[in-house]
Amino acid sequence: MEMGFTTAIYVVAIVLFILSLGGLSGQESAKRAVWYGIVAMALAVSVTLFGPGFGLWWLSLILIAAGGLVGYQLASRVEMTQMPELVAGMHALVGLVAVFVGFNTHFELINVASMDDSIQKTLEGFSALLAKKSDVEISILRVESSLGIWIGAVTFMGSIIAYGKLAGKVTSAATKLPGGNYLNATAAIVSVIAMIWYLNSGELLPIIVLTILAVFIGYHLIMGIGGADMPVVVSMLNSYSGWAAAAIGFSLGNDLLIVVGALVGSSGAILSYIMCKAMNRSFVSVILGGFGEYSGPQMEIEGEQNAIEADEVASVLNDADSIIIIPGYGMAVAQAQQSVSELVRKLREQGKDVRFAIHPVAGRLPGHMNVLLAEARVPYDIVLEMDEINDDFPDTDVAIVIGSNDIVNPAAQDDPNSPIAGMPVLECWKAKHVFVSKRGQGTGYSGIENPLFFKENTRMFYGNAKTSIDKLLPMIN
Amino acid sequence: MKIGALKETITGEQRVALTPESAIQLQKLGHECLLEKDAGLLAGFSNEQYEAEGVEILSSASALAEASDLIVKVRPSSEHELGNLPSKKTLISFFNPGANEALMDLAKSKEISVIAMDMVPRISRAQKMDALSSMANIAGYRAVIESGNNFGRFFTGQVTAAGKVPPAKVLVVGAGVAGLAAIGTSTSLGAITYAFDVRPEVAEQVESMGAEFVFLDFESEQEDGASTGGYAAVSSPEFSAAQLAKFREIAPEIDIVITTALIPNREAPELWTSDMVASMKPGSVIVDLAAEKGGNCKLTVMDERIVTDNGVVIIGYTDFPSRMAEQASMLYASNIRHMIADLTPDKNGVIAHNMEDDIIRGATVVHDGEITYPPPPPKVQAIAARPKEKTPEKTPEEIRAEEVAAFKKQTKNQVVLLAVGGILIFLVGIYAPASFMQHFIVFILSVFVGFQVIWNVSHSLHTPLMAVTNAISSIIILGALLQIGSTSYTVFILAAVSLFLAGINIFGGFLVTKRMLAMFQKS
Repeated sequence: MEMGFTTAIYVVAIVLFILSLGGLSGQESAKRAVWYGIVAMALAVSVTLFGPGFGLWWLSLILIAAGGLVGYQLASRVEMTQMPELVAGMHALVGLVAVFVGFNTHFELINVASMDDSIQKTLEGFSALLAKKSDVEISILRVESSLGIWIGAVTFMGSIIAYGKLAGKVTSAATKLPGGNYLNATAAIVSVIAMIWYLNSGELLPIIVLTILAVFIGYHLIMGIGGADMPVVVSMLNSYSGWAAAAIGFSLGNDLLIVVGALVGSSGAILSYIMCKAMNRSFVSVILGGFGEYSGPQMEIEGEQNAIEADEVASVLNDADSIIIIPGYGMAVAQAQQSVSELVRKLREQGKDVRFAIHPVAGRLPGHMNVLLAEARVPYDIVLEMDEINDDFPDTDVAIVIGSNDIVNPAAQDDPNSPIAGMPVLECWKAKHVFVSKRGQGTGYSGIENPLFFKENTRMFYGNAKTSIDKLLPMIN
Repeated sequence: MKIGALKETITGEQRVALTPESAIQLQKLGHECLLEKDAGLLAGFSNEQYEAEGVEILSSASALAEASDLIVKVRPSSEHELGNLPSKKTLISFFNPGANEALMDLAKSKEISVIAMDMVPRISRAQKMDALSSMANIAGYRAVIESGNNFGRFFTGQVTAAGKVPPAKVLVVGAGVAGLAAIGTSTSLGAITYAFDVRPEVAEQVESMGAEFVFLDFESEQEDGASTGGYAAVSSPEFSAAQLAKFREIAPEIDIVITTALIPNREAPELWTSDMVASMKPGSVIVDLAAEKGGNCKLTVMDERIVTDNGVVIIGYTDFPSRMAEQASMLYASNIRHMIADLTPDKNGVIAHNMEDDIIRGATVVHDGEITYPPPPPKVQAIAARPKEKTPEKTPEEIRAEEVAAFKKQTKNQVVLLAVGGILIFLVGIYAPASFMQHFIVFILSVFVGFQVIWNVSHSLHTPLMAVTNAISSIIILGALLQIGSTSYTVFILAAVSLFLAGINIFGGFLVTKRMLAMFQKS
């Protein structure tokens, strides 16, 4: 009865996990979906805890509870602007656990192999599973656990660097050691050799070498990627943490792990794909870092940037009927979302049509802007995606760009030589007036000059986004 | 610096170069503002209104000229007026330097610097001080109003209880600033509006204002307006002939004609001939905005309203902006204010006459006792009218062919992928034991389910998605749970640490997801 019972619960958990992800298709169903996930996780953990041949359940419970306490503290204290760091940091934990579990499989294998047949028969649970394996199965097991360790270690180190970059503790510029991507390639090849070595010898040394190489790759790969590509990086690490879990699932022969790992892995992969598509860049080019080769001189920009003061912005806003706000990473940096929300509330009270246009790569995490605006109590039904709103700009009176740059760069459409040529952008310049809230005259992260700022209907509203919007607020009536 | 606004001396001129509002802005730049008594009266600004904004009122022109460093005005000064100005002052006004050499010489001899508002170069940066455009805008609007005043019918068509009223048909010739303003006014009054211009590239602007562009059956490359600074150039005789023929054809239909065609430094071209006037219905109105330069219709009499023998009213007023003195003064004063803002780059009330600046250089006609007219061509080329090269529209067959090709390519890609994947799995299947293959099936199926499910996730929920996948990827805790019972201490310790770490992740991940989702609210 016991194995069957466990499997039955696993099936229920799997269904719940799938429903939990599927429920995220809408804001309201998502609130229910997260409970599916929690119940599924509780079922999976408790059935394993109290399942066959498990003796240390009290200790495990204490450990999980201790971890849970820390997790609770973290989750309740984190600011919404720090979400990217938190997510990246948590990926690191999953990666580390995958490494530990992979190593454990190795130790346990040696442990079991050293026992007599008679003792082996008395074993229970995981050890018993290992004891029953044939030689071919053990080889496969070694491949699986070394893969799990490798992916886990890349995820672990990569996520730590990503965390550092997002939290501003590591420089967000793309930096590489001399040798660049060849170093990564070499490390990857040596990893494969180490894996084969481990397959044949079953010793500890090769997997330690493997781990060190993976940590190096994780470090070097993410160091080489710049700040604005972080949405891709974080989703990629998300994906890796899933694949690591799946690989470990294979080595443990646990279907639940495989299923959930695969779900998470494909989720991250899709997110990375969406992010890359939104930047019109291939996944490979993002991972290898830097922007593509310049194919020719960029178009020269004529004209000047026209500055504007708060009172003029306010008077135009007071006259406008339809307004679209385009937030970017600058809004998150300046913590301006509350002020923006207040502005929107005031404008909407006057019966104006105010909406937000969100570019898929705005911010440092997929959906980052949505969460910030939600935190500031902006209703989600006025927050629209690029494809939903891009055709509405010609009928819009005012477009306000707050702290975004490349995602509103008309050069992506007009200048075939621009490094971002072909990237889908928000066509805010088609609105009657465009206000750009920006700290100074410099170019953005990518160093690409933005012709939008020189357009005749564009006015530059210089200053920190939060201070600028706060200045504006009393003048809206 | 002290900025003084003189009262206009020409009779009928009602505008003023300084308004209470522009005075506020000028004071922000660190200047002091002075005004000749009653200068704003005709434009609707009383002396008290000025004083309320801190403008000092001086009783006479000479006192004002003496007290101020920079003198602003609307109309070009008369010789007498300029002669009365003390030397070494700066004057900003319309100046028409091409026709006013004597005046320039006088300014030169008195070392008066003159900035001519009608010489502001036509570059995008200078639009805010382009007084010609702001005045032309008013003229275009007023021309329609004036024509309506002289036209005996409604603009808009109506079906009333008393019968049907046809809409008026308005033709606007020349779609410059004035023309476009006229088009906008006319369409918003409800008239059927036609417009013509020798520059075919303005057709789009005309149509965007709701008028119909009159195209000629004429095959030739018209010169691109951008090469002449956005102004029209002289057309070829063949083109003019085609144009006149077209006008002749439509003249009997048109109720109101507004001509705005001017070519810089030339007499206005004749576009509406006497025979066209003769063929118009009685009661029709022609407003000739080119009257000052001889008129687009030769019957026009400058500054007068005449009625032809067949009852067509021809209006040749040249003072349309002045007829809307309040509006015109506000715009002109604001143009002046922007000019002065460019002259005071540090906003400290000190004028820096920077002759390196394109706009200031272009507009300055006399400076430091030198005549600096005509200016060199501006460094920045004006008007981005470069027509976009349109890709030819694809025929349905081509689109169909492309679709088929894309479909074939997609099929090919998919088949190749499936084949390669199939072979790989087959190879794995040969060597791997059955137990592995079972898990493998589960894995592949889950990947497919994952892809299907995740595609439906709303973009706005991507961050919660990451947080929740993060939480559930700690399902790896099961591995640690299975191993913690091991007899090996190393395994036990590593598993225990893993449990702790995964615990953080599970609770942290779910909690933060819940927190985020609770924030999403519908309006």
